[in-house]
Amino acid sequence: MAAIAQALDGLAGRDAGPAARPLAPARQAAAGGEPAWVRRTLVGLALAFLALFLFVPLAVVFVQAFAKGLDVYRAALGESDALAALRLTLLAAGISVPLNLVFGVAAAWAIAKFDFRGKSVLLALVDLPFSVSPVIAGLVYMLVFGLQGWCGAWLRDHDVRVVFAVPGIVLATVFVTVPFIARELIPLMQAQGQEQEEAARVLGASGWQILWRVTLPNVKWALLYGVILCNARAMGEFGAVSVVSGHIRGRTDTLPLHIEILYNDYQFAAAFAVASLLAALALVTLVLKLIVERRANASPVPESGHEH
Amino acid sequence: MSIEVRNLTKRYGDLAVCNNLSLEVADGELVALLGPSGSGKTTLLRIIAGLDVPDAGSVLFHGEDATRTPVRDRNVGFVFQHYALFGHMTVAANIAFGLRVRPRATRPSERAIAAKVAELLELVQLDGLADRHPHQLSGGQRQRVALARALAVEPKLLLLDEPFGALDARVRKELRRWLRRLHDEMHVTSVFVTHDQDEAMEVADRVVVLHQGRIEQQGAPHELCDHPATPFVRQFLGDADLPPTPRRVARFVAG
Repeated sequence: MAAIAQALDGLAGRDAGPAARPLAPARQAAAGGEPAWVRRTLVGLALAFLALFLFVPLAVVFVQAFAKGLDVYRAALGESDALAALRLTLLAAGISVPLNLVFGVAAAWAIAKFDFRGKSVLLALVDLPFSVSPVIAGLVYMLVFGLQGWCGAWLRDHDVRVVFAVPGIVLATVFVTVPFIARELIPLMQAQGQEQEEAARVLGASGWQILWRVTLPNVKWALLYGVILCNARAMGEFGAVSVVSGHIRGRTDTLPLHIEILYNDYQFAAAFAVASLLAALALVTLVLKLIVERRANASPVPESGHEH
Repeated sequence: MSIEVRNLTKRYGDLAVCNNLSLEVADGELVALLGPSGSGKTTLLRIIAGLDVPDAGSVLFHGEDATRTPVRDRNVGFVFQHYALFGHMTVAANIAFGLRVRPRATRPSERAIAAKVAELLELVQLDGLADRHPHQLSGGQRQRVALARALAVEPKLLLLDEPFGALDARVRKELRRWLRRLHDEMHVTSVFVTHDQDEAMEVADRVVVLHQGRIEQQGAPHELCDHPATPFVRQFLGDADLPPTPRRVARFVAG
């Protein structure tokens, strides 16, 4: 933007000749480096975009949810299938978030603090769920664990249900949420380096003591931030879960799937009522994220060793 | 504790950072490893600490092979150039860290730890700053906390990696005199790395000049200055500014 403004000033100066030049610095000073109309247009565009694509839909969700009155809203949320979906969503998030917490910390630790063969492969694998469509992730689990899949016969013989059951939903959720915590930690841990860990090691701390007393306290805000994002995604995931769920109402429907079913049944008010739950979760997530960011910025920067 | 390094070699790819190095440090001695960057001095120090593993050769503590001893069992104190203090802990918690992580059987009581911390804070002249966090301290104060933290575990060997490298000139001078006094009081075997010849000359009993992974020359500061063995040493020490001698002479007489 600054470059554009400079270019504009430059053009003005060249085209209009010496007479126009004294104007340029004055205009720049008044606009703080950018011509006012550029700033106003850009801010206006951004706000209009956000309003149109983010705020209006969110508002519509709540308006529609209460369109048929509070009773319909309550009935939609109190219905047994909706409660079952809520329970399943909480269960899937409750399993996948702690799993990813452990995996994320382990992966970030390995990648940031050690050099080993295949490090870049591990890093790429962590990012895989970001680059693969969730539907494909779901299909892969179908291929492996489905009745016609590689392990299908064995699983059927041992009476284990993975797809069209809770384990499949948890697996799919874990898959799509793998990167959130690891990705949050890796850059921070890389920036912090290993000096504090080395200092702890020389002082006689064991690996566990170093992890609990030095490494984790240094990344606690990033960790919390990752957990919040991971949880939001775990509860909101649709594509991958949709493929492996089988849509058995009251048994393998999560909240997003339940919303789709209600919508397809023309139960718009009920669909939006349940959707308002997820939307509320998103708002809570946003607020938590803001709080964590504030705290993280307010707390002292851990000794990274690069200041004087 | 005496240290002996025998035929130490460490390579990074094709580059031998330490090339068949042998070195002895007597009990209670204060030795400076002096050299330009890339001379292998920090690598040598890290290998003595156990933070790096040599490709060949051995490290002996008190005549016993310690090459494969894990870092945490070596009982060394290490002071890092950039302090490496634990940013989320207070000064007191930083100093107490080495004692608190001990297994229960050998861990002092909290009261003993607090007493030790108070004693060390006094030693490094930081009384009253126990509850501060590292980011609230100046560079010189941080490095003294780092030193107190290293001394808290009563190491048999103190290793310092460019301990004053990140400080400004005035604080640097003050701290190196102070380190010399501290060593005269405590007599813990110490090795410090520096690229600053003045610092090495002023602080150390013996200076070891390193160049391209080998020892060029070692000896008392004046020996090196008066009789440089190689052109490199002469050039490297060329602009060294020697402190007046009386203090050292007095120490020899006293010893």
